[in-house]
Amino acid sequence: MNREPVFEAVGLQKNFGGVAVADNITLALYAGDRVALIGPNGAGKTTFVNLVTGNVAPSAGKVRLAGKDVMAESPAMRVRRGLVRTFQLTRLFQRMTVAEHVALAILQREGRTGRLVGNFRAMPNVLAEMREILATLDLSLVADRLVCELGYGQQRLVEIALALALKPKVLLLDEPTAGVPAGETARLESALDQLPPDLAVLMIEHDIDLVFRFARRVVVLDAGAVIFDGQPGDAAASAQVRRVYLGNFTDARHPA
Amino acid sequence: MTVLENEAETAHKQGAMRLVAAPMLLLTLAIAGYFLFPDNLALLTRIIAISLLVLSIDLVTGICGVATLGQAAMFGAGAYAAGIGAAHFGITDPLAMTVVGAFGGALAGLLSGLVMLRAHGLPQLVLSIAVVHLFHEAANKASRWTGGSDGLTGITPSPLLGLFDFDLWGRTAYIYGVFLLLLTFVALRVIVSSPFGMLCRGIGEDATRIEAMGGDVRGTMLKMFVIAGFVAGTGGALGAISTQVVGLDTLSFALSAEALVMLVLGGAGSLYGALTGTVTFMWLEDVISAANPFHWMTIVGALLIAAVLFAPRGLYGAVEELAARIWGRR
Repeated sequence: MNREPVFEAVGLQKNFGGVAVADNITLALYAGDRVALIGPNGAGKTTFVNLVTGNVAPSAGKVRLAGKDVMAESPAMRVRRGLVRTFQLTRLFQRMTVAEHVALAILQREGRTGRLVGNFRAMPNVLAEMREILATLDLSLVADRLVCELGYGQQRLVEIALALALKPKVLLLDEPTAGVPAGETARLESALDQLPPDLAVLMIEHDIDLVFRFARRVVVLDAGAVIFDGQPGDAAASAQVRRVYLGNFTDARHPA
Repeated sequence: MTVLENEAETAHKQGAMRLVAAPMLLLTLAIAGYFLFPDNLALLTRIIAISLLVLSIDLVTGICGVATLGQAAMFGAGAYAAGIGAAHFGITDPLAMTVVGAFGGALAGLLSGLVMLRAHGLPQLVLSIAVVHLFHEAANKASRWTGGSDGLTGITPSPLLGLFDFDLWGRTAYIYGVFLLLLTFVALRVIVSSPFGMLCRGIGEDATRIEAMGGDVRGTMLKMFVIAGFVAGTGGALGAISTQVVGLDTLSFALSAEALVMLVLGGAGSLYGALTGTVTFMWLEDVISAANPFHWMTIVGALLIAAVLFAPRGLYGAVEELAARIWGRR
């Protein structure tokens, strides 16, 4: 690996009182990576995402995007540099249609949301890109529906559509299948399979089967510290990983 | 691609159609008002001025999700800017007075935004109250310019376009008000459906989510505060032009609160809702206070409670729902 990482977390530390919720986490992602971040509930996975996006300030450590230190930058600035996340519980705009969500994200990425005139429905290039994204995710038929009228599985797909419309370089998926009925996970999984090949993806997920199908690298977090970083097969074989995490296999399918 | 372009073209035309349809309806109502209530044009003009204030609150509260009880700061700033310009600097052309008022309001909007956007939720609401009280007190103290509690007099607008005198019956003022309202309404329709408007609606629902999309929440809201100030200031200027006097009540907490009530009554988040609420509230106020000058607030209060209980999305929202049920649309 002599390529430059698109994303680096170096020695990220966060203490709440005397407890370390992130304990010296160092993690690099490269273009095209498919990494799963796993760990028992409360291991600090979502905290890690919040530290990286800038929503929570770390006690120590650095985040670099394409080699550039972004610690001084706001969450929004980091997004503009290509660091995009989805939310564990979908956070969508209940009074907007699916099309509006995706169009807004496209316009935001293009820096056109400051415009006081015009409507995306009259912008052929925005429409074309929106259609393409919706088609990839099988959302074309519900384009003009309000998000609150969709099932949870489809709302999850809208989260991914939003992320894709921002054309990220690094995508953090926080439990993309949490709360999705079993029958709908296949659709979601194929959406994950179709993510752009050069995108670096870090997925937090409790569904171990999905982790093993999706990830080519697994990072295991326990009590805020990385205890394993390597091939999925080796993770399953590691005694330490088994002890802290795999014991929870049977009831691992619930959202945190 | 051509299909898409055609579609975009159609959408554009449909948008233009809708853009024309609403002002036509407004214009029809305005003309009807002119002929049905020829002796009440002063009230109708005041309704229009307050409508602009309520539309301004709708931008900040209904669209961006920031509750405010201080919007009259922008309305009053517009009224005083136009009034002081006319009384002290001889800017008596009504169009110029309107522009001065609008920019006065926009400046007040900028100041309000800079203060209010430092906080969220309840503290933010309290800041809005503080802002309107500070504006009120400033105007009270600067009585050399504002006339203090006696009000600012000596405002004599010159004829509109050099042709139409502001007559005793308030015809010119009313027609000018209708023109201002139509212009503002169309402009706001464009802004609300623009990319900026979409971003603002997103912020209103979930600002953190917008941040996670790379949106500049504070900058966007500040811009909306300035636009809202411009609109409210236009309303204030219209008030100054039509009544030829500006009082401290234009800068009051009471007016801010009453205007917010009108918005909630009509339905926050929709420009039609803002207009519906203002017209309904002020018309009721007029009718009921004439019938029962002592207890009219009680009746208005009871009606409000009924509206909030039975039409939580406001009168306009209720009508929309009813229409949807009848025609089976969304």
